[in-house]
Amino acid sequence: MAEFGSFVLLLALALAGYSFLAGLIAIFRGQGSERLTETARRAGVASFGAIFIAAVVLVTAAFRNDFSISYILHHSNRDLPLPYKFATLWSGQEGSLLFWSLLLSGYGLVLRLRHKTDERLFAHASVVIAAVQVFFLLLLNFAAKPFAMTQGGVPADGNGLNPLLQYPEMVIHPPMLYLGYVGFTVPFAFALGALAMRYPGEKWIHITRRWTMVTWGFLTVGVFLGAHWAYSVLGWGGYWGWDPVENASLMPWLTGTAFLHSVMMQEKRGMLKTWNMWLVFFTFWLAILGTFLTRSGIISSVHAFAQSSIGDWFAWFLLITLAVFTLVYVKNRSHLKSEHRLESLVSRESSFLFNNLLFVLACFTVLWGTWFPKISELATGKKVTVGGAYYNTVTIPVALLLLLLTAVGPLLAWRKTSLESLKRNFLWPSLGALAVGIVLVGLGMQPWKEISYFYALVAAMLAALVALTVISEFVRGGRVIARHTGQNLVTSMGRLWHRNTRRYGGYLVHFGVALVFIGILGTPFNREAEKEMAFGDKMALGPYTLVCRSYTQEENPNYASDLAIIQIFKGDRLIDTLYPESRFYTASQQQQHVPAIRSTLQEDLYVVYEGQNQDTGRPIIKAHLNPMVSWIWIGLLVMVFGTILALFPNAAPLRAAVREIVEAGVRADPAPVGAGD
Amino acid sequence: MAFFDPKRARLIFGLFAGVLLLLGAGDDAARIDRIGHQIMCVCGCNQILLECNHVGCSYSSRMRDELTAAVTRGDSDNVILQWFIQTYGTTVLAVPTKTGFNRIAWIMPYLALVLGIGLVVLILWMWKQRPAPANASATAAMRRTDLDRFRQQARRETEL
Repeated sequence: MAEFGSFVLLLALALAGYSFLAGLIAIFRGQGSERLTETARRAGVASFGAIFIAAVVLVTAAFRNDFSISYILHHSNRDLPLPYKFATLWSGQEGSLLFWSLLLSGYGLVLRLRHKTDERLFAHASVVIAAVQVFFLLLLNFAAKPFAMTQGGVPADGNGLNPLLQYPEMVIHPPMLYLGYVGFTVPFAFALGALAMRYPGEKWIHITRRWTMVTWGFLTVGVFLGAHWAYSVLGWGGYWGWDPVENASLMPWLTGTAFLHSVMMQEKRGMLKTWNMWLVFFTFWLAILGTFLTRSGIISSVHAFAQSSIGDWFAWFLLITLAVFTLVYVKNRSHLKSEHRLESLVSRESSFLFNNLLFVLACFTVLWGTWFPKISELATGKKVTVGGAYYNTVTIPVALLLLLLTAVGPLLAWRKTSLESLKRNFLWPSLGALAVGIVLVGLGMQPWKEISYFYALVAAMLAALVALTVISEFVRGGRVIARHTGQNLVTSMGRLWHRNTRRYGGYLVHFGVALVFIGILGTPFNREAEKEMAFGDKMALGPYTLVCRSYTQEENPNYASDLAIIQIFKGDRLIDTLYPESRFYTASQQQQHVPAIRSTLQEDLYVVYEGQNQDTGRPIIKAHLNPMVSWIWIGLLVMVFGTILALFPNAAPLRAAVREIVEAGVRADPAPVGAGD
Repeated sequence: MAFFDPKRARLIFGLFAGVLLLLGAGDDAARIDRIGHQIMCVCGCNQILLECNHVGCSYSSRMRDELTAAVTRGDSDNVILQWFIQTYGTTVLAVPTKTGFNRIAWIMPYLALVLGIGLVVLILWMWKQRPAPANASATAAMRRTDLDRFRQQARRETEL
């Protein structure tokens, strides 16, 4: 089995290598190389088949408990539940690189099958994808071999999967994240291809628009699922710890989001062409950089894979891609001249520019903080820690400015926004946001007491502003349609969305972002309590009283578990019973807390069984009261829903409709253009 | 009734001392919470000391005890933090200090913000200075009444 897996990986390398070289030669030869281009395309398609088979072989080995393969020995065991055996594919370094390769070749497959859209451009993009495929397949064949054999005798059982990864979300979080990371290779490939061939117009952007949105959607889900996993599994009561690996996933998300916005400038106004090229390149580059961070051991992280030589491979790959992109850019930069001028500072164009500045600045700040320990070590010989407090201090103001732009930007018109339209669009939402602020202060929020309370109040007001502007846009547009069609407001709003899915889907994404901020702004008001609790002991936290009823034990082949039975009272009323656990995994011989969470829209009660006091032998229960957290996950759902809605095709092309109206007007009154006045 | 009642004085003193003790206890707890959030657990888990909860951590309990002892002794925040740096190295602090080379860590994001805003303003100014596209003059020459009519019609039909 291992030999077969190794063979198909080698075959995949040969196919991807051919696809790259033949495709490249065909591009340089130009006319008359159609057959060579076609063979390159087919080799690329076939490489997907080979990598897919390799992945199937590895997963089959996990299901068959084939511990002669070293990777299976170290990441699985006989009693591992079946879904986690499947997840073995991305649980370790070699497997995750194979999975990355599989996804990349999958994206490549779709691209190569859709080559009829524009054969020349797709051939260029296919070469870029093949080059990236070659890199990952070189790694898999020579540096991080998933089918390496176990040295010495084959043990009867494996070491098991890391307990932290034995959680349902870990079956979907890495695939989502990887789909996002890998997916940005596609817009990058089209961008580089379009630049290299000096592709006329913005068609490559239209072709990659859905790719980019889908990829962004996956990355968003991946990042948030990671946060939810941390919250549900790690047991420290938080969802984002600014760990380098979390940062690594956030950075391409930030530049990718900037790209999603700035690309509209290029589509609509022919502006920011150079910027978009570099932005999509850096998004791709940051995805690879994140992988480099986790694999090289250069930055310490709880997520980091074992330190190995593949960090050097990634470093070289990063340098080579940077050099190639820079070279192609320098050679063809004259092709990227902007077509339009700015007519007014109060316009959508300016807001997009500031939006991009803030996204890129946030990315830079995260990158800077992630690398600073290394920079400090190189400069002074002393390592420092850059923890969450640093990021909170430097990123929150930027995040709030971004939230402000989220509210303001979409309602500014292209070219120029009149004062009258500003008043019409913002008066009521602004008054609403102000009212939210006054109510919150009236309810006892004291922004003058601590900077974090001040930020929370500002975030609440801005989130309200975003939500209200989105709602007012839907209602106003819906009313116009309702007036014309006589349909009710809800149906009209549906039709409104269908007329311009990207715009209204985007508004929903913004609404989701506002909800996420509402969830985050509860953080300064988190409370916690800890107590050694024997039977019948009570612990108060906020409006709740936790009463320890019992401790019990459970056992299955995978782990043994100590559970506390904690009753939750609100006043005198029993409202719930929670079962925080402490598990001991048999195969890996590791212990793991599993918190119990009672979620409501208002707050989460998060209870952790921390184990026993070494001296007294009494069980320790820690509880956190985290306000508003549920809104983060609800916000994610709204963002995903908005992204899906934005992917639908429009009911009727809006521009064509406008053109028809204008033409009809001209026909009705054919006064010569330029006459009069 | 005597002006000085020793029983009542003892009671008042006791209450006063109790309140002070409780206040002190509250202060200590708040200080431990504040300083404990400025220190990292050094076991490699990359977590804030007071948030480190992983099973079998060989450092966090000891470090918490050390922190509690220092606060109870009445050491100042600075003395406590210096002691932790001496004992566990500079990585024990959760954020870089605002002294020496570490200042750059704090300055750089704000510097980037200022430079970025300057760059955006410059770009906007350059865009404003660009000559108008050729067809714009034709549009400008179009009769105002026609344009207003077209705009109104388009707005009416497409106001979304």
